[in-house]
Amino acid sequence: MSCIRSLVAASFLASVGFSTAVTAQEMISDTTARKQPLTTWGVQFEEFEYRYSDDGEELGVWNADAFYGTDDFKVRLLTTGEYEVEEQAYETLENQLVGQIPISKFFDAKAGVRFDTPEGPDRTYAVLGVAGLAPQWFEVDANLYVSDEGETSAELDAEYELLLTNYWILAATLDATVAFSEDREIGVGKGLVSTEVGLRLRYDLVDRAFSPYVGVVHERKYGDTADLAETGGGSTEDWFAVIGARIAF
Amino acid sequence: MKPRFLTGLLSLLMPAMVLAGEYDLTVDRVKIDTGDFVKEGIGYNGASPGPVMRFKEGENVRINVTNNLDEITSIHWHGLILPFNQDGVPGISFPGIKPGETFTYEFPIQQAGTYWFHSHSGFQEPDGAYGAIVIEPEKREPFRYDREYVVQLTDKHPHSGDRIMRNLKMMPDYYNREQQTVGEFFSDASENGLMNTVRDRMAWGDMRMMKADVEDLQGFTGLINGKGPDQNWTGLFEPGERIRLRFINSSAMTYFDIRIPGLDMTVVQADGNNVQPVSVDEFRIGVAETYDVIVRPKDEQAYTIFAESMGRSGYARATLAPEEGMEAAVPQLREAARLTMADMGGMPGMDHGSMAGMDHGNMDMDSSEDMSGMDHSSMEGMDHSNMDSMDHSNMEGMDHGSMAMGKGGQSDPFYAKGSGLVPTAANGGKFLSYADLKAQDPLYEDREPTREIELRLTGNMERYTWSINGVKYEDADPIRLKYGERVRFKFVNETMMTHPMHLHGMWSILDVGAGQWNPIKHTINVNPGTTVYMETEVDAPGQWAFHCHLSYHAAAGMFRKVIIEGGPDSTQAKTDVIAEDGGEA
Repeated sequence: MSCIRSLVAASFLASVGFSTAVTAQEMISDTTARKQPLTTWGVQFEEFEYRYSDDGEELGVWNADAFYGTDDFKVRLLTTGEYEVEEQAYETLENQLVGQIPISKFFDAKAGVRFDTPEGPDRTYAVLGVAGLAPQWFEVDANLYVSDEGETSAELDAEYELLLTNYWILAATLDATVAFSEDREIGVGKGLVSTEVGLRLRYDLVDRAFSPYVGVVHERKYGDTADLAETGGGSTEDWFAVIGARIAF
Repeated sequence: MKPRFLTGLLSLLMPAMVLAGEYDLTVDRVKIDTGDFVKEGIGYNGASPGPVMRFKEGENVRINVTNNLDEITSIHWHGLILPFNQDGVPGISFPGIKPGETFTYEFPIQQAGTYWFHSHSGFQEPDGAYGAIVIEPEKREPFRYDREYVVQLTDKHPHSGDRIMRNLKMMPDYYNREQQTVGEFFSDASENGLMNTVRDRMAWGDMRMMKADVEDLQGFTGLINGKGPDQNWTGLFEPGERIRLRFINSSAMTYFDIRIPGLDMTVVQADGNNVQPVSVDEFRIGVAETYDVIVRPKDEQAYTIFAESMGRSGYARATLAPEEGMEAAVPQLREAARLTMADMGGMPGMDHGSMAGMDHGNMDMDSSEDMSGMDHSSMEGMDHSNMDSMDHSNMEGMDHGSMAMGKGGQSDPFYAKGSGLVPTAANGGKFLSYADLKAQDPLYEDREPTREIELRLTGNMERYTWSINGVKYEDADPIRLKYGERVRFKFVNETMMTHPMHLHGMWSILDVGAGQWNPIKHTINVNPGTTVYMETEVDAPGQWAFHCHLSYHAAAGMFRKVIIEGGPDSTQAKTDVIAEDGGEA
């Protein structure tokens, strides 16, 4: 058997001569995309919604982020805005540009800058944060800010998704801000500044790309921040009905 | 002696006549219609799947591949033993085939059986660039059949491969619609008790792992020979005929459980190599594997070939019938599969002690027995080479059925004990196990391996990173093997997903504990929480790819280059390889 094969092989080599192609080939090194870090990107609007408060205030709100990068380093743009429909003014307008690296199995560290340019005084902050998935499926995002005025504050975001079915999803969110020093100009008092709690029921209509939702949001200001708001004629506590969509592409 | 001489003489005198096998393939943009959706894809000779390439053992083939795409392409001949620079992996075998270029592959066919070919560039393969290979043997086969069909499966998804990869990176559960819901919580609570269910959910939540993480990619339409379930590919037969079905799983991501209600299947080949016949009611085909089965329908009726995905999120369907247009009942999908703690057995750093305390301690069962179950899955269960010495008797007695987490009824040594993935036949009959596969004709002499290489299959589902020994391909050094050695690979699956590991260029001798009768494969499926051994005779010089055949796992880094050091130079090598191969067959 082996004899036959050798003969056959020998005859290949002798007569067909395809071996030349073989010998000519060197062992190449892999410079294809496979050997490069996988670069990926994504854009996500966690919130893209219309809010109607219990005292008739109307807001257009978004909370979105876009990223580009690899497993080891991503650039992320985070943007949040609250547009007061009647006054045609931004109550909140925050844009953050951060670099993000993994620091543990489930968490990333972030560092960058944040620009707040709402109606009224602007602020620029240095940002340091961690974001990731905590045990029991809580998505958390904690950030420390130092403003160009030297004031420090911290923000904690947490989200939990309850799967009523695989398409109907109830998302609970908590957003709390604490200031370590006062910044009267932008209406921030020392201590717990504000909380925003939301409950949104969404339906994944197109994959996970387009998921309309309805929900309620409760906003509250605390302590000196509440006092400052009251002095300025603003409200310290609001309930909103919200309608919107979660968008990812 | 006489025929040997004659053949030798013939091949010397008329090599061109004996050896001429010229084939042409074009790589084209094509339309793929699954019945559920129509999409743009990539195919060969104007269609996806491409043609069935029929070769003869002993011939020398020349295959001219013309790239009509606007991107680089390649064809990998999956499972074929050939010179490394004909293996078709860009960056490892050759630079790839540029747009507009024609590349001529040229290699001797030194084997027989069912194989397949596919692009090894980007996500062209999940996008449709695949086809079947059937090689007619020189010798008579040890089984008979009157008719044969290729049954090539795939998991066609409406999204392109690039988009799927990006979505998985953005949200690893993007395509998972089998996740545990509030409803399932309540039904589990009523079945297993509220506190047990809470503890169970807490244990999984603590790990940030999902029991439902069986299939990364759902939402596909299962195709057989390019036809969706409604388009119903049909193979005709005359009652009483033996039909050889050449099953090929060309899916990007999907394992299928295959049955033909009403027919026994006799498995005669696995990955192109003859195995001692096993009669089964159902079998699981991993991604990139092939199984040849023989069925003998006696009645003048239609039979459904039903291929359910392992996670039960989709299926492929075809029909065997005496006449076109006949069809049989299509079974319902069974309940979605759920992983168990046993499938997590391979995870490092898992604190089994505290798990027992919080997860199993208060269950209505003997917790010490439960723990022994877990220990077995992560330790003894790994050592399949010593299967014979494993004491199953005391494990069989364990009541996994009553566990909130362990529903694996039947046992299969290639799954973690108590695994939620252990397959059972829909009719309660025989389900094929790797342990049933015995080589018909050993290809190599059985000898002691010269060394062992441990490959831990690692990953992070939340980041959708996949790696070997914790290192992604982009950061990895090649695996270096020495020509002439026999390497024993130890796969330790530390993830909760199943990985079909494919070594190019050399056979993977799967250790099922059958010594020289261990089956010879090209793709070895490694289930979660298990350790599987395979041995490789390093008889092919050059450099080769070695990777998980799940498209998106390979692309995320579960991939290696293997360099064979030493040995004869490539011209010499080919003669030797062929001679050696032949000599030991």
